Amino acid sequence: MKRIFVLFCLTALFATAASASPASDALLAKYAAEGATKVDVAKAKKDWTREVVVDGEKMSCASCHGTDHTKSGKHHKTGKVIEAMSQKVTADRYTEEKKIEKWFKRNCKDAWGRECTVQEKADFLTFLIAQ
Amino acid sequence: MQMKSKIAALLIGLLLGSGSVVAEENLAEAMFSPLRQKEVNTVSNKLYKDECGSCHFAYQPGLLPTQSWEKLLNEKALADHFGENAELDADVLASIKTFVMENAANKSYYKRARKIAKATEGVEAPLRITEVRYIKRKHHEIPNNMIKGNKDVKSLAYCDACHTQADKGVFDEDTVKIPNFPDWDD
Repeated sequence: MKRIFVLFCLTALFATAASASPASDALLAKYAAEGATKVDVAKAKKDWTREVVVDGEKMSCASCHGTDHTKSGKHHKTGKVIEAMSQKVTADRYTEEKKIEKWFKRNCKDAWGRECTVQEKADFLTFLIAQ
Repeated sequence: MQMKSKIAALLIGLLLGSGSVVAEENLAEAMFSPLRQKEVNTVSNKLYKDECGSCHFAYQPGLLPTQSWEKLLNEKALADHFGENAELDADVLASIKTFVMENAANKSYYKRARKIAKATEGVEAPLRITEVRYIKRKHHEIPNNMIKGNKDVKSLAYCDACHTQADKGVFDEDTVKIPNFPDWDD
């Protein structure tokens, strides 16, 4: 009986921690080591729709990804479907460090015309894995 | 016994070999392939499909000659890839480039790729597939309202908007379906 209870507790623990992955944990640790301080999820949420004019076009994260993270988005130029950002819908989201970093680099440049700071990346990643 | 095992090894070799002959190795192979290649080679490289295909239709390398790909696939060019940032890690880029160069129009024995190679010979290598003379000519008669003015097509660049088997490298007229123009028939 006791064993079942322990098992139950463990399952519950894993269930609540399911949003994070070894990759996202490692990246968040890396960002912290590189100078990111207290994560601000509210700021990330606001930044998601913050528009910057890049090459004459108003851009934000939401331009391609939308604001409903459980729905798929669309590339602003090619119209190619971008799978939902929420890992509840797209299971392999945030499971690969390299991939996360690649898209941060590209998309920050495309949407804001510059790379994101480690603080911004820490905020965004924490915000996104909770969606 | 030794003879037998030699034959077996040969057979296994042939079997394995034929499986990997997706990219034609030489003219003889292309000629004697049971599927005489009419179209363009399909995208057999997963990395290419994943990296390039995540933002746009994964254009088959046979749709442009090596000289064009050379202009597109380098670090500097990819940082401004038709207005988008498409930077790749050096090792990923090298691997993708190798695949593309080996299968480019002027390296391919696929019929349609050959036509593209021919159309781009001796001219400034185009950056866009839509600038290839052969491609232009093929789409010449399609009125503007079916492509640019068509909200579900928008540009000739979106191959797969009308070419229903574009992902299989098939661009045959019979496989074309223009959205919002169900009665179109050339």
